[in-house]
Amino acid sequence: MCGIVGLLVKTPALRERLGVLMVPMLIGMTERGPDSAGLAVFGKPVDASQRKLSLYAGFTEEGARFAWQPLVEALNAVMDVTARVDSKGNHAVLTVQGDIEGVKTWLREHYPKLYQLSSGRSIDLYKDVGSPSQVAGRYDFANLKGSHLVGHTRMATESAVTPDRAHPFTAGDDFCLVHNGSLSNAHGVRRKLEPQGIHFDTDNDTEAACRFLEWRLREGDTLPVALQRGFEELDGFYTFLMGTSTELALIRDPFACKPAVVAENDDYVAIASEFRSLAHLPDIKNAKVFEPAPEEMYVWKA
Amino acid sequence: MESLTFDLERTTVRELNQFLHKPANELEGLKLTVAAPNGAHNLAVGVDAPVQVTIAGHAGYYAGGMNQHATIEIDGSAGTGVAENMMSGKVHVKGFASNGAGASAHGGLLVIDGDAGLRCGISLKGGDIVVGGSVGSFSAFMAQAGRMVICGDAGDALGDSLYEAVLYVRGEVKSLGADAQYEPMAQADLDAVRALLAAAGMDHDPASFKRIASARTLYHWNADANQEY
Repeated sequence: MCGIVGLLVKTPALRERLGVLMVPMLIGMTERGPDSAGLAVFGKPVDASQRKLSLYAGFTEEGARFAWQPLVEALNAVMDVTARVDSKGNHAVLTVQGDIEGVKTWLREHYPKLYQLSSGRSIDLYKDVGSPSQVAGRYDFANLKGSHLVGHTRMATESAVTPDRAHPFTAGDDFCLVHNGSLSNAHGVRRKLEPQGIHFDTDNDTEAACRFLEWRLREGDTLPVALQRGFEELDGFYTFLMGTSTELALIRDPFACKPAVVAENDDYVAIASEFRSLAHLPDIKNAKVFEPAPEEMYVWKA
Repeated sequence: MESLTFDLERTTVRELNQFLHKPANELEGLKLTVAAPNGAHNLAVGVDAPVQVTIAGHAGYYAGGMNQHATIEIDGSAGTGVAENMMSGKVHVKGFASNGAGASAHGGLLVIDGDAGLRCGISLKGGDIVVGGSVGSFSAFMAQAGRMVICGDAGDALGDSLYEAVLYVRGEVKSLGADAQYEPMAQADLDAVRALLAAAGMDHDPASFKRIASARTLYHWNADANQEY
């Protein structure tokens, strides 16, 4: 199984309430995914010369007591990147200016156990093992703000239950993907991508889909063209929900083996594996509720 | 006639279903409303009494499954497997239905006002299904008995490996499955479609439907076919 949730708000006032609206959606998918949870939230982008890195310290010895400030001071001492950090226990969003790739390399060399969750101008990413309500509480999801988000509750089938194998997966900047289903040719896709210098963090099947689609986008495909190539290249069962800095996108495999329901009104577009997670959204009674068709692309602009 | 409301904000699906599983003579004639269903699974499953159940909103998976004798109305959409394995009675979905609607129904009538998802009427065993909208791919796969009336279009592989169920489609069929074929509409077909549409509360000209049934070429093993059908 696994549960998917997505929310895109259309009015500035609702951006302040994005987290509050989403938490019951995520917790509503607990039966579909009780072992891990995560989400990517997209907010106002930082300046073009800056990047935000979401970092996870759960693999370090310090864990939730990780000393983020000394890391920032050490980084600023060796690189001219005016780094600053906004941390919450084992999680932090590091904002840097200038040589972003240099910062990532420096982090890997000096903090090899620090996991880089995401990179971009508008994405913040959180994921961890635990029930959806535990993870939501641990990272204070209810206080998240932004224009849209992509969330996931996991019931692992393809790889171990660890924080890095939880969803969303990311690749490149400001791109993430969550998956309900299983891919049968994930290793084949991976064998095509690795010779092109594309690095994989885990053995998870979803990571292959995420890196495949991001690779196509980076090669110049528009999102619809990349998704069409996904239909041709990815074999298995899937409902994918993807986020970019400006869009949410959803596709389902031709057999529609994995569910999805969408509710849309003037205020929001909400997506979930099941209606249960949408039932408590404001004015849901007057929203247009529909089931996305298999092998169709649905793209919503933030 | 007694009428009752179960509000699922205040009570559980288990309590609702246990109530609906009381002996038929205690429930006969009852009108029951399920308020705030909010997409809950297994609503009014296994009812075996002549009662009227109204689900006031969207239902989750398997609503009205295994129904016998009851009339169950869903004032919203239904998730996977609505009226799955229904034996008799009626299930009416006012919105759309997800995958596997009416799967393996032995009897009764399933009415879906909107569209149905994939595999609608898969392995149908004698029930009737009327869909006001369109059905997804692989509908009526291996359907053995019963009838399906599809007022809209059908997806790929309609009626694949069909046995003795008969399908009537008003719109476009993207493709027929193996061994399914178009056949002429006889007077009995027109009468059947007219009666089923009337039972579903839909108004179309029966002559605008096409009949699809099994060519029966898969009924017997053909060693010469060399596994090509």
